Amino acid sequence: MSDRITPEAVAKVAKLARLSLSDDELLHATHQLSDMLDHFADIDALDLDGVTPMTHPTPIANVMREDIEMDCLDRDEVLAAAPAAEDGRFRVPPIIGLDD
Amino acid sequence: MSDAITSEWTFRGYEMVVGLEVHVELATRTKLFSASPNRFGDEPNTNIDPVTLGLPGALPVLNRQAVELAMRLGLAVNCTVQRSTFARKNYFYPDMPKAYQISQYDEPICIDGWLDLPDGFRVGIERAHLEEDTGKSTHVGGTGGRIHGSEHSLIDFNRAGVPLVEIVSRPDIRTPEQAKAYVSELRAILVAVGASDAKMEEGSMRVDANVSVRLPGAEFGTRCEIKNVNSVRSVGRAIEYEAQRQVGMLEAGESIRQETRHWDETDGRTHTLRSKEDADDYRYFQEPDLVVVDPDPEWIERVRFSLPVLPAARRVLLAAATGQRPDAEAILVVTDRDQDAYVLAVAAAGGDASRALVHVKEAFADEGARPSVPAAALATLTRMEIDGELTATQAKQVLAELAAGGGGDARAIAAAKGFEAMDASELETMVDAAIAAQPEAWAKYCSGEGKALGALVGAVMKESRGQADGKAVTALLERRRDA
Amino acid sequence: MTDLTDSFPTTAIDIAWNVRNNIVRATEVVERHLAEIERREDDIHAFNLVLADEARERAAEIDDAVSVGRDVGPLAGVPIALKDNMCTRGIPTTCSSKILDGWRPPYDATVVTKLREAGAIVIGKTNLDEFAMGSSTENSAFGPTRNPHDTTRVPGGSSGGSAAAVAAGFAALSLGSDTGGSIRQPAALCGVVGVKPTYGAVSRYGLIAFASSLDQIGPFSTTVADASLLLESISGHDPLDSTSIRQGSLDITRQLDFGVAGLRVGRITDLPEGASSDVVERLEQAFDALRDAGAEIVDVEVPAFTYGLTAYYLIAPAEASSNLARYDGVRFGNRVEAPDTNAMYTATRTDGFGAEVKRRIMLGTYALSAGYYDAYYGRALKVRQRIADDFARAYERADVLLTPASPTVAFHLGDKTSDPMSMYLCDTYTIPSNLTGEPAMSVPFGTGDDGLPVGVQVLAPALQEAMMFRTAAVLEQRVPR
Ligand SMILES: [Mg+2]
Ligand SMILES: [Zn+2]
Repeated sequence: MSDRITPEAVAKVAKLARLSLSDDELLHATHQLSDMLDHFADIDALDLDGVTPMTHPTPIANVMREDIEMDCLDRDEVLAAAPAAEDGRFRVPPIIGLDD
Repeated sequence: MSDAITSEWTFRGYEMVVGLEVHVELATRTKLFSASPNRFGDEPNTNIDPVTLGLPGALPVLNRQAVELAMRLGLAVNCTVQRSTFARKNYFYPDMPKAYQISQYDEPICIDGWLDLPDGFRVGIERAHLEEDTGKSTHVGGTGGRIHGSEHSLIDFNRAGVPLVEIVSRPDIRTPEQAKAYVSELRAILVAVGASDAKMEEGSMRVDANVSVRLPGAEFGTRCEIKNVNSVRSVGRAIEYEAQRQVGMLEAGESIRQETRHWDETDGRTHTLRSKEDADDYRYFQEPDLVVVDPDPEWIERVRFSLPVLPAARRVLLAAATGQRPDAEAILVVTDRDQDAYVLAVAAAGGDASRALVHVKEAFADEGARPSVPAAALATLTRMEIDGELTATQAKQVLAELAAGGGGDARAIAAAKGFEAMDASELETMVDAAIAAQPEAWAKYCSGEGKALGALVGAVMKESRGQADGKAVTALLERRRDA
Repeated sequence: MTDLTDSFPTTAIDIAWNVRNNIVRATEVVERHLAEIERREDDIHAFNLVLADEARERAAEIDDAVSVGRDVGPLAGVPIALKDNMCTRGIPTTCSSKILDGWRPPYDATVVTKLREAGAIVIGKTNLDEFAMGSSTENSAFGPTRNPHDTTRVPGGSSGGSAAAVAAGFAALSLGSDTGGSIRQPAALCGVVGVKPTYGAVSRYGLIAFASSLDQIGPFSTTVADASLLLESISGHDPLDSTSIRQGSLDITRQLDFGVAGLRVGRITDLPEGASSDVVERLEQAFDALRDAGAEIVDVEVPAFTYGLTAYYLIAPAEASSNLARYDGVRFGNRVEAPDTNAMYTATRTDGFGAEVKRRIMLGTYALSAGYYDAYYGRALKVRQRIADDFARAYERADVLLTPASPTVAFHLGDKTSDPMSMYLCDTYTIPSNLTGEPAMSVPFGTGDDGLPVGVQVLAPALQEAMMFRTAAVLEQRVPR
């Protein structure tokens, strides 16, 4: 295993992604990600100056729709499929640890 | 430049450096990326569709009208409309359905504009970009609907996906008055071009302020971003408080931490929300579900030519017609009420523009862009004033009658009220009678006690049953005294 | 693999023709397929959900319509299985993930609407690697699918359930999704035809996203002609998908029998190594077969081909990390309760996602995060462009290209589960077409080791599906015995 990624970096990434890892899992994940990044180092040697990043497979532009209303989803059906609802709204636990 | 707005703001030798980020909800029928209605005040979670809720498999499709409104606004503030792309700003929050906001990041639709304040002070505009609004959370339990201490929160996604334009100014603002004037002017432009109703009280216009302080001529200081500033008045209060707080810290030898702060309207202070160290890593990347927006020049020009005359130009026209400065209060107020065209119509009908301006400002606060009194009737009224047929007081009474009746003939109303230009000899008789009746007041007035004037003028007004012209009475008394 | 010994129609084209002409009833078609499912599904586990009642009902509707002379569409009465990452209104759609177990979408994917209009009968939702992340269908929260040719082996993935369903005769047709080879590789391993169309040819609306700029829905079938018919039925512009190409449905079937005389078929001389000898042998025979049929075999180079894997495994997880952030326990799907929302997010996602999904979310989050974007994601996008440029150059000399679809025949369950990289290498030959957005398909071409199916991949430039299918049709006729 190389040191392409540290356990600290993996922990930070897991936190950003809202995943929790045990200490063992963290080390295992660090090992696996590091291995992968070793494989992915094959592109390091490429000279990519002046190459335009390709974000989309097809170069289309200006796809827009007209400002016309369509039917909405049925609120009761949607809320019935939600983990928790109250008063016509989606219910979540207290929002702390997140910004106002 | 008028002193009213650009007058210096300094605090213990420091000046403030302020840039504003204004979020505005666009006046479209539907959302930015889907066809559910963009409508305020509906039952919670009724304006929802798979895209709005970020359901698995849903895909965004851009609303053409939102693009056009963003272009209207951008062109109105002298921006360049350019090829633009959308990006995903990734963060978790329950009112953000997909856990990313689709926003324009490094390639916004409008860049490099400016906005002139009424006094001529120019504030640069860095960019104006399109993005989607979030849903709305309500905190239940705890005190006063605050997050802290709440038992749980409820989310309504009606507002999620509503099109926003975020307008980012350059850090050109130096005083609270400029900041307030910038927000007011931007608001007026937004309304004028039909981009938004820009109601701060309904949240369709929201202001964040980036504030730093420095000694004049020094480098920019560390800035703090203030969120949740919800009225024009608060903009001034919040940045003034924040600038003073920062000066206080610097004077105490502390350094400013870059952070996001929250404006608390009730205690008039800003509070730390989060520091830069624990700021989110948004992992922006280009939105693969949307394609480039590259308006062709023809579209841009069509939008440019469809723009109405903007508030600034309208104020200049009104100022020229009335002989006032474009940033005079009456000009600002009347233009803001959209009554400037009416004043110009009064002038065109042969009336006196400057008197019309005063009447409209004072008497028509509750009337719209087209007051109930026909322009021709107000024109006649102002002419009668100029010709000395009506005193200012009489004119007001006639105008009130015209307004109450929704029009009519100013001359006929004046006649019915018995208002006639008072004959000079009649007035002199009354003045002499007043002097004779109050010898003590007269003596005081003659010895230079200005206050005594009131009693004498009052007596004449009473005798004339209010028909005498106050200015003429004073002039006559002066002439008697100096004789 | 079907055990229909009489002359009852088995291909989609035959079924539809017979149903439309009132020779065979859709109801009977459905019963025969349900019987086949009943017989072997326990061993294969192709489905997350079999829609027996719904299929019977729909078949009855079609029979009624036929009896009154109504046009019932080009796929009338044809049973089709859908990969369980396509939204079906009111019918559970799980992505083979615990986090979506039990979720019933309130809307239909565009392909589902199109299939209904074409008269097809959805017979079930098929198993997949969770969120389409995998090459063996072992990463399913509901257990693996097995290869109908040898149930100790994997069917490939991630559309393993859809490939197996067609190979086992559970459905005449199925739909899969292909992000890095997820249709073509299982098609090869299961011995069926599998097509990844040009990006944008088929609407993605209602396809649960893995990597948005790479995902594409495509057909599985037992014959090239059936795949053509199905692809024509589901392709075409969709105003609900901004990346959908603005043109009508693909026009393929008409040209299917045009042959390959004069066609230039490219052999990539610098193709990454790693294909087993049996697979390489079949590929050589495929070139020979096409030459015999009048094609010209030309050598081309695609130097950046080999970097596809890296570009893919940086781009796809990056997009996935964002696409899968919406599974947060707020609006749909499953939630693990916790004292505050942030803790609820973490508990829900940690419990709801499997190991491979978490691995890719973390890899993608890392590739996009501050300080690493330029080195990983940004660089990968440039490599992607380089690959597209190299293919464009190759297509100046060749009309279509031929490669293996999978480096090997079907491997045993558990062979690659402990080493993610070994699994990723299964997609070496299929990935570049996803990066470029160009079409590619796997067509069965004989057998390899242990008598297991081998697939040959035909690649073509964007929107040149007709040429690709012509080539595949010739290979189909010249399969080595
Ligand atoms: Mg901002
Ligand atoms: Zn914003």
